[in-house]
Amino acid sequence: MIDRVFSTVVFAAAALVVAALVWVLTDVVSEGAARISWAFLVTEPRDAGRAGGIAPVLVSTLWVLVIALAAALPLGLGVAIWLSEFAPKQRGFAAYTGITLDVLAGIPSIVYGLFGNAFFSVYMGLGYSLLAGGLTLACMILPVFIRTCESGLRQVSDDWRQGAWALGMTRAAAVCHVLLPAARPAILAGLVLGIGRATAETAALLFTSGYVDRMPESPLDSGRVLAVHIFDLSMNVTGGDGAAYGSALVLIVLIVLLNGLAQSLVDNWFKRRISQ
Amino acid sequence: MMAKCLDHLRSKDGRWNASLALLTAGMVALLLTILLFLMSEAWPFLISADTGHGGNRLFTNLLQNPGWYPLEGRFGLAPMILASLAVMLGAILIALPLGLINGIYLEFYASAAFARGFRLLLNLLAGIPSVVFGLWGLTRLVPWITQWQPPGASLLAAILVLSLMILPTIALTSASALASVPRELHTGAIALGLRRTSQIIHIMLPAARSGIVAGTILAAARALGETMAVLMVAGNVVQIPATLFEPVRVLTANMALEMAYAVGEHRASLFASGLLLTLVVWGLSWMAYRLGRHQRKFARHD
Amino acid sequence: MMIDQPTAAYTLGEMEQKAACCVPSPILQVRDLAVYYGNNAVLADVSLDIHKGCITALIGPSGCGKTSFLSTLNRLTDYHPGVQVRGQILFDGHNLRQESVDTLALRRRIGMIFQRPNPFPLSIRRNLDLPLKEHGVRDPHLRKRKIKQALKDVGLWDEVCDRLDSSALSLSGGQQQRLCIARALVLEPEILLMDEPCSALDPISSRVVEELIMRLRGRYTLVIVTHNLAQARRVANYVGFFWMRERVGKLIEFGQCRQLFEAPTDALTAAYVSGAQG
Repeated sequence: MIDRVFSTVVFAAAALVVAALVWVLTDVVSEGAARISWAFLVTEPRDAGRAGGIAPVLVSTLWVLVIALAAALPLGLGVAIWLSEFAPKQRGFAAYTGITLDVLAGIPSIVYGLFGNAFFSVYMGLGYSLLAGGLTLACMILPVFIRTCESGLRQVSDDWRQGAWALGMTRAAAVCHVLLPAARPAILAGLVLGIGRATAETAALLFTSGYVDRMPESPLDSGRVLAVHIFDLSMNVTGGDGAAYGSALVLIVLIVLLNGLAQSLVDNWFKRRISQ
Repeated sequence: MMAKCLDHLRSKDGRWNASLALLTAGMVALLLTILLFLMSEAWPFLISADTGHGGNRLFTNLLQNPGWYPLEGRFGLAPMILASLAVMLGAILIALPLGLINGIYLEFYASAAFARGFRLLLNLLAGIPSVVFGLWGLTRLVPWITQWQPPGASLLAAILVLSLMILPTIALTSASALASVPRELHTGAIALGLRRTSQIIHIMLPAARSGIVAGTILAAARALGETMAVLMVAGNVVQIPATLFEPVRVLTANMALEMAYAVGEHRASLFASGLLLTLVVWGLSWMAYRLGRHQRKFARHD
Repeated sequence: MMIDQPTAAYTLGEMEQKAACCVPSPILQVRDLAVYYGNNAVLADVSLDIHKGCITALIGPSGCGKTSFLSTLNRLTDYHPGVQVRGQILFDGHNLRQESVDTLALRRRIGMIFQRPNPFPLSIRRNLDLPLKEHGVRDPHLRKRKIKQALKDVGLWDEVCDRLDSSALSLSGGQQQRLCIARALVLEPEILLMDEPCSALDPISSRVVEELIMRLRGRYTLVIVTHNLAQARRVANYVGFFWMRERVGKLIEFGQCRQLFEAPTDALTAAYVSGAQG
């Protein structure tokens, strides 16, 4: 009897959650699909975004993402490699760095926005620009990216390290040719997490890359990313909901596409390293 | 000593080690820079003595609630701090039981195929941008609440949207906490002839407790730091809400709304609230870390 | 200091006689070697000679420092934080424990095989190609030739020549271990250190690897750690017996294979090889 009641409650709760989540998803997909067309993607917005498309917004989004990844990936991989392969184990500086990363990962995104505004926009004189926004995002995604890559490298079997050393390979060669390819899934997961967070981020970009919805000509121009566009359309533009849903669907599809792209790029790159 | 260092740098590994260590030092410098800038921007607000009360402005602001009139130099953060806490607690209150039951469902009730689909859905929703949740809340939830109790954009709307956002996280972390409970414990409970409900409630849940709590605290930290979704549905009126249906403004929304035009002490007050928020989130993460470590120890022990 | 003199070919001795394979000519001379983890000695007072072209087996119960001993010989201990090595190891008359020794070049001359086969998660070809490239063999044709030769030496060529580009992890355990041996051989080392090379393999693969080891005698100097007394007896020219005394690993007896198994001088050795102890 009690078992019956309990399992009914469990199934009802699961159904409720599934229903709510499916509701959100279908809403976004159906409302958005009604709005999306080729013209929507390639034309400039008109009438504060109610009409027209999102071309400059897409371009700004990609700019910010590219800048963020270009800054975060090499830096993040480098730090992860040092922490897992070179640093003295769990002592002194390396341990402090670990704590530092966890602390950085805990800062809310809006606070990264405040920092980015104070440091990149004002102190470094970049103003409201795609560069300032991208660098702010890089700071934001770095800690998690480093942590995922580091733990992926640490999980690589010590047998391979020993094997490489016993063959007289340098640590650096072991990392490049053996350990990084072996840690591929974790690096990919870190990359996907980073892309997801960077593409979805709004709060950190409000006062770093700005609102301007013109087509950016250089990374020093201000530009409006998709997430900010959605926010602006739904909050500040009456009658902008349709375009907002269209942009929301584009944003979700973009994230999924970028993840797929990252996956195939990383796979290809490593495949070349693995066979040759 | 010096010669040894130079010798070290001559080898390939030595160069790698040195340059990567330098990069890592850069990461630490980044954290220091972030803290330094937040502090220095917030400094004018933190040290300014309130002429009227003679005490430190931060504390008078926190305790005596003179209201938020930044243009008149009155920076009462209390209503927004309370609103932030209320939104967070409300979201946890809804999302924790639901998420926990869904975790139980995933681990003990769902068929393998359905569990896989459900996990996929939860992961997908965990990856949806918060601004999309905000948009959905604004165009679906808020009009719906308006019909019932205007104005619609309210504490309740914020709580509902936020709980929907953190639900997937809580469900997934509780499922994995339950999965990490040693098999023998479950087999033992079955061998004792305990009924299924008792197995789950009296054996499995207590064993997975610290993992579940850690996941919940992390979700709470996320709820507290969330900006866009709450900003879009909460109505953003600075007040201490008397009912669920009144609009509120949380700390993060305040920063997002006023940063664009804030100058001087007003700007400093926003940075100070950012610093405050960060400290609270750190505290929560630290608690989650301690509890998570306990769970891991437990899992290793058996 | 560079260690790079070429070594001469050796004459094979008669297997059946279980005697030294050649006129004993030490290539490695270990004197008063001790290994410490932190402040605890795990191995002390080890002195022995490894002779050119011979197979030296190290036997004894697990945990008595045989593996630690082996990894001092190619300075792999450098990578283990907290490990300290004392004593002297002469390789061709030079102490290889000196700071100035080029350890990368040293490990090219002294290869190592591990208990668990550890081919890199790369293709079969790249597993052999990578170490060659790392040691500066630029000519791709030369590398190709060397790879083919190494695979033939371990008897793997016929089994894998049509799938060199598939993953090394797709091979069976025995094939993986032979690939690891090929990977060490491709660098043309003088000495091969083997840490229980057969213990993680099934009986048939183990037999194949053992036969391979016997074929390597004469061309290479082999040092094998093994738990398998019968194996040591089958393959070795010289045997060293390790045992724990007061929680420190010691070399109890070292000598020619037949002498150690049939007429051990130490009572402990006698008990161990007859199966009474250990």
